[in-house]
Amino acid sequence: MFVFIMRRLSQTAVVLLVTSLLVFAGLFVVGDPVEILISPDADQIERERARVALGLDKPGWMQYLLFLKNALSGDLGKSFVYGRPALEVIFERMPATLELATVAMLISILVGIPLGLYAGLKPDSKISKAIMAISIVGFSLPTFWVGLMLIMLFAVQLGWLPSTGRGPTTEFLGMKLSIVHWDGLKYAILPGINLALFKLSLIIRLTRAQVRENVLLDYIRFARAKGLRKSRILGVHLLKNIMIPLVTVIGLELGSVIAFAIVTESIFAWPGMGKLVIDSIFQLDRPVVVAYLMITVLMFVVINLVIDILYSVLDPRVRLSAAKN
Amino acid sequence: MRFLTCMPRVLLLAFLSFQSLSLSANELVVGLAAPITSLDPHYHNLTPNISVAKQVFEPLFLTDAFQNLKPGLAESWRNIDPLTYEIKLRKGVKWHDGSPFVAEDVLASFKRIPDVPNSPASFALYVRQITEATAPDAHTLILKTAKPYTGLIRDLNSAQIVPKAVAESAKTEDFNSGKAMIGTGPYKFVEYKPGDRVVFARNDEYWGGKGDWTTVQMRMIANNAARVAALLAGDLQMIENVPTPDVKRLSSNKDLAIAQAVSNRIIYLHMDSNRTKNSPFVRTADGKPMEEANPLTDPRVRRAISKAMNRDVIVERIMETVAVPAGQLIAEQFFGTSKNLPVEKYDPEGAKKLLAEAGYPNGFQLTLHAPNNRYINDEKIAQAVAQFLTRVGIVTKLETMPSNIFFSRGSKLEFSFMLAGWASESGDPSSPLRSLLGTYDATTGTGAANRGRFSSPELDALTTDAMIEIDEAKRGAKLALASEKAIELMGIVPLHYEVSVWGTRANLTYAARADQYTLAHEVKIKK
Repeated sequence: MFVFIMRRLSQTAVVLLVTSLLVFAGLFVVGDPVEILISPDADQIERERARVALGLDKPGWMQYLLFLKNALSGDLGKSFVYGRPALEVIFERMPATLELATVAMLISILVGIPLGLYAGLKPDSKISKAIMAISIVGFSLPTFWVGLMLIMLFAVQLGWLPSTGRGPTTEFLGMKLSIVHWDGLKYAILPGINLALFKLSLIIRLTRAQVRENVLLDYIRFARAKGLRKSRILGVHLLKNIMIPLVTVIGLELGSVIAFAIVTESIFAWPGMGKLVIDSIFQLDRPVVVAYLMITVLMFVVINLVIDILYSVLDPRVRLSAAKN
Repeated sequence: MRFLTCMPRVLLLAFLSFQSLSLSANELVVGLAAPITSLDPHYHNLTPNISVAKQVFEPLFLTDAFQNLKPGLAESWRNIDPLTYEIKLRKGVKWHDGSPFVAEDVLASFKRIPDVPNSPASFALYVRQITEATAPDAHTLILKTAKPYTGLIRDLNSAQIVPKAVAESAKTEDFNSGKAMIGTGPYKFVEYKPGDRVVFARNDEYWGGKGDWTTVQMRMIANNAARVAALLAGDLQMIENVPTPDVKRLSSNKDLAIAQAVSNRIIYLHMDSNRTKNSPFVRTADGKPMEEANPLTDPRVRRAISKAMNRDVIVERIMETVAVPAGQLIAEQFFGTSKNLPVEKYDPEGAKKLLAEAGYPNGFQLTLHAPNNRYINDEKIAQAVAQFLTRVGIVTKLETMPSNIFFSRGSKLEFSFMLAGWASESGDPSSPLRSLLGTYDATTGTGAANRGRFSSPELDALTTDAMIEIDEAKRGAKLALASEKAIELMGIVPLHYEVSVWGTRANLTYAARADQYTLAHEVKIKK
């Protein structure tokens, strides 16, 4: 297990290095941050001053080497736009994104798995067909459109929920969270649903397919023949076996919900990381974009690691050492 | 959003009356169109930042809706001689912490402005002309410049004044945390959540009289549709930058009102005046590189391009009438504009004739480059421009790109023909005359944004002449004269002036501002 984890971490270092190089070079080609950040009124002297202040007067390769040198001591540079350490700017927005991701994933799992189970166990019932039809809709509608429709319906027409923004926050476990109180939670419901819709549909369909496949297998028949209670067959034997692919998908989707909630965050003016990174790309705020993508890579690596460990817990046949191949 | 019109009215009204009960009558919630990057008023020269800073901080003089000066922290100014300004400060003004406002505060602020670490776009250029600043008494300032420069007083409008103690010790972080947010303005700082909102409370001691709101929330909602929806839902009482397709719909909603004014921004065409031949995106009529000449340097060709533009169509169809056709560098309502510059008439025949006279009876080929996320409907306007030109024989291709790529490439002089915009912070034609049309010269700082490298010694002389004229009325006339020259030479081809639009609940009024700032103090409840 220890060797396995160490191997993974060393691979991660290589991935991080490549990511930073790609992003750095990419943004370097796109354009000159000074052109975007400077006031149009600025004269040549002021433009030159800004270029020096942001360290952009040096050749590109030297900027990258300087970045690497500082990165090794944990300093990913100062944001061009905010003038603060890039990591600080990102971490400041992280709680907002994490709580939105949590709400979305909870909705998808708590609603998706039961609906999927039902649809899998009773494939011919009308309700199952309705569930499947809705899941197709959830799959195919574009997020920004659904988001606007949710605002129109629940905020503008019915007035039940606030239209945009994040609610008042309270200190909770050292983080400023808005979802621990109803006052704040009600702001997270619409964006949460919007973000969850796609994952929800995915989980429903995946669960149903797994259930359909597994109920026909011998171990379920045997369990039935043995006279086990239906709830035990379902809750222990079936659920445990269908969980393996589900965990993979849920894990990866959790990563993408955290890293790429950009559309939902902009429509609902949710002050999270997704909005930050989009703004940063437009403003060519290289330190923030590089730091953000490195965090994202790291997050996916960790999630994958956790998934691999979960496999071995869920399925005794899987040994972690097998991952060497 | 089209289906809004068929929304059940009864439901909406019922909901709105419920909302107005639940909101405290004295809280103003505004939806800003762009996030701010810092609260430090000297850190980043960016319209959203300045707009938010202006709730708390003030420059020496205030400006009216058309950027004409009016007394603020400073009551009056005069030239002792062409190099020396005397500014009289208002007495009895208090900082938010209760200490009195004095001339030393101004001196310390001017000192801090060029000296903010890591600033991506500093305000240094607005105080650079000052070579010496002194305060003979607590309410008098003496400013000296090295050479006559009459832009100074207007430049100082961009220099927000902070207390001496803050100016000497505060870092940008101290503003963001709120510690250094001590101003003289109509609102006091309460809270800042980056990317989300800034909250203010009324300054009851404000020298200009109390505002109508006990608290003000400014929320940053960059997505246009979401901002409009939040106004409709009653979560906001006011929004900035109403998208053009929604202006008509909102103004026909009797629960809402629209405030609009022509802005200080012009949308224009910029042409390569730098290369005398082989301009990268100019081709002969049969598609070969133009090795002998660059038609864009010929004033007749530039005039023909102007005549080919149907500005009324752009304004009516693309901008849905939320824009004003342009005939000069800044809208006529501003200081220093010319009365002799009507909007160029749409005249495709005249354009063809001029092209033939210039030696291009069969026209030529051109590529227009334009940003697609910077100005209102920029991509659509560029499409129209390309079609207008193709109609008179200049076969024009269009290439649009995000502004971060566009401006970088434009500054490297990679384009032949560009669509861009210019906002005159000075509120008169001096800013485009110097930065956009002045000969590129790093030593004098002129032409810094002159991406076409247009250059005319005659125009430069007129501009300089206006910039050293002390008498305000004469200065205005000289700026107008320079504007006329710029248009006569067609240094740029003006298209239209953008209009700034605010949407509010029906019981509010806002005197729409040309500088696009949203000032809570100016938002009034209808009596």
